[in-house]
Amino acid sequence: MSDFVKILGATRESHDTMTFEFRWDEKASPGQFVMVWVPGMEEVPMSLSRTNRIKSITVKAIGDDTRRLHELRLGDSLRVRGPYGRGFSLKKGVETLAIGGGAGTAAIMPAVKEIGADVIIGARTEADVIMDDLASKYSKNVWISTDDGSRGFRGNAVQLMREKAAEKSYGMVLACGPEVMLRGVLGACSELGLDCQLSMERHMKCGAGLCGCCVIDGQRVCKDGPVFTGEQAARMPEFGSKRRDEAGRLVGAR
Amino acid sequence: MLETFVGRLALDRPGMVASGIMDETGASMARMLDSGAGAVVTKSIGLAPSPGHRNPTFTEVKGGFVNAMGLPNPGIDLFGEEMEIAVRKGKIVGSVFGKDPAEFSELAGRMEDYGACAVELNLSCPHAKGYGMEVGVDPALVKSIVAAAKSSVSVPVWAKLTPNTHILGEIASAVSDAGGDAIVAINTLKAMVISPEFAAPFLSNRFGGLSGPAVRSVGVRAVYDIRSAVDLPIVGVGGISDWRDAAQYIMAGACAFQVGSAIASKGVNVFEAINRDLEDFMRSFGYSSIRDMEGAAHE
Ligand SMILES: Cc1cc2nc3c(=O)[nH]c(=O)nc-3n(C[C@H](O)[C@H](O)[C@H](O)COP(=O)(O)OP(=O)(O)OC[C@H]3O[C@@H](n4cnc5c(N)ncnc54)[C@H](O)[C@@H]3O)c2cc1C
Ligand SMILES: Cc1cc2nc3c(=O)[nH]c(=O)nc-3n(C[C@H](O)[C@H](O)[C@H](O)COP(=O)(O)O)c2cc1C
Ligand code: FES
Repeated sequence: MSDFVKILGATRESHDTMTFEFRWDEKASPGQFVMVWVPGMEEVPMSLSRTNRIKSITVKAIGDDTRRLHELRLGDSLRVRGPYGRGFSLKKGVETLAIGGGAGTAAIMPAVKEIGADVIIGARTEADVIMDDLASKYSKNVWISTDDGSRGFRGNAVQLMREKAAEKSYGMVLACGPEVMLRGVLGACSELGLDCQLSMERHMKCGAGLCGCCVIDGQRVCKDGPVFTGEQAARMPEFGSKRRDEAGRLVGAR
Repeated sequence: MLETFVGRLALDRPGMVASGIMDETGASMARMLDSGAGAVVTKSIGLAPSPGHRNPTFTEVKGGFVNAMGLPNPGIDLFGEEMEIAVRKGKIVGSVFGKDPAEFSELAGRMEDYGACAVELNLSCPHAKGYGMEVGVDPALVKSIVAAAKSSVSVPVWAKLTPNTHILGEIASAVSDAGGDAIVAINTLKAMVISPEFAAPFLSNRFGGLSGPAVRSVGVRAVYDIRSAVDLPIVGVGGISDWRDAAQYIMAGACAFQVGSAIASKGVNVFEAINRDLEDFMRSFGYSSIRDMEGAAHE
């Protein structure tokens, strides 16, 4: 359902990313998302970076609407609707590795909190690493990769994942981040015989499974996903290669 | 026992996917045909690609949804690729929207070329300037649009009408006079949502269309009225989510029905459930066919 919530906390995670907390009684599970709006912006999808009664979204400013969200201050109102989608299916007792790339790190946090999974946070540089403190609160093993090696492992999150999977046997890998990263995780997992769940993104309008604009090969990212199993992803020719634009035209994936 | 005819078009099952829901891509239409729909009506397609209105375009309200997608679509040229995938799987009704008879006739022809088993003219979208309902509430214009579409295709031409008018009977007669093959009713009810906290309309387009359970009784009434006004097959749509809703439309005079919003609220398996339960009802109440039930609520 849709509700108006008041911002209870606004924290800076990095030079371009902020987390906004609000109290919202709606039940939500790790991996689900909401559509958020204030007047003067386009409504946009945001993963929940916390899923208790106090919930949060973690916003990376990359355009007009996300910059507008960054102007939110304590006490401001925000319209949220949802929560939408099928989140991660989590099992305690299964050794799990959660991988977050960039702003996608926010979406894996509730899962890490729930089952205490090992964590890989991938970022371009040291300055882009987010939520490593929070991850360390829930998990014993938090590893960081940066493309330029300014912090942690030098290289991408998938390379680091291969290293960690060689040291410890995991029963499940969770990932959210840029599609090239997800593609890499899927490739690595199928090579290594690991199960995985990938949280995907497509342009969203209704968010509720009606308009059909967010489909990948007939699957609605907003309703059948955003989290898909590795087997599902492997059956999607468009995954990693094509996406639909706002008019529904098939164009190259970013 | 669920097979039915919309005029000369035969359907194995009476429920179709309504235009605008899970029908913009070939793969999603194929998926809906697999899940028990008798046919899929495509998203309404125009001549040129359009992104539709800006977000916010949709919200839940008590009893349904309000949307103002604004007829986003990839344009008729590119839509051929989607149709190619979908028509291999089953019956596809091509929905089109235009601003005048010439556009409708061009689009209808293209849909027939792509293999559509019928063409549905969107004369009823309540939130796109210069299109839909804005052309669909003028009986003379409706007549010339239907006639133009009829002249360019040999497949059946259906006119989808809006309930946002007090002259529904006259418009239905215009469709009939022009040689239209069936009437589809209803599209969404023109609606608005305001956010009190912001003292502002929620949808970017301000106005949208109400769908879902809240519109069902309006739709049933509209179908009943149309049945009394003209002698054309009617396809009922608006707020159908179970067999009872579908049966109401059929008894009001519809020979088939469409489901939109319930695909979100009930899931893509909604057709399977309706088919099964409708058949149970027909068996226990002695209806041997949809035809048998059609218009049963009229004297
Ligand atoms: C399920 C889901 C969860 C997401 N979770 C987060 C999150 O937790 N944190 C975060 O920072 N970002 C998240 N995003 C991405 C976020 O929605 C976009 O960054 C945002 O919409 C950009 O809007 P803009 O106006 O600032 O930028 P723009 O300049 O308008 O767009 C930049 C890019 O953002 C994407 N985008 C724009 N509008 C939409 C839309 N309606 N739906 C999907 N993508 C869009 C497109 O790829 C676009 O090219 C998520 C996206 C999805 C689909
Ligand atoms: C998100 C959405 C998009 C729609 N798009 C179209 C469209 O492109 N063309 C059209 O004729 N009707 C469109 N409709 C109207 C539906 O086809 C249907 O007439 C209406 O929603 C009532 O049925 P329902 O209550 O089962 O949803 C749309 C409805 C919704 C909710
Ligand atoms: S955004 Fe409308 S179906 Fe997914």
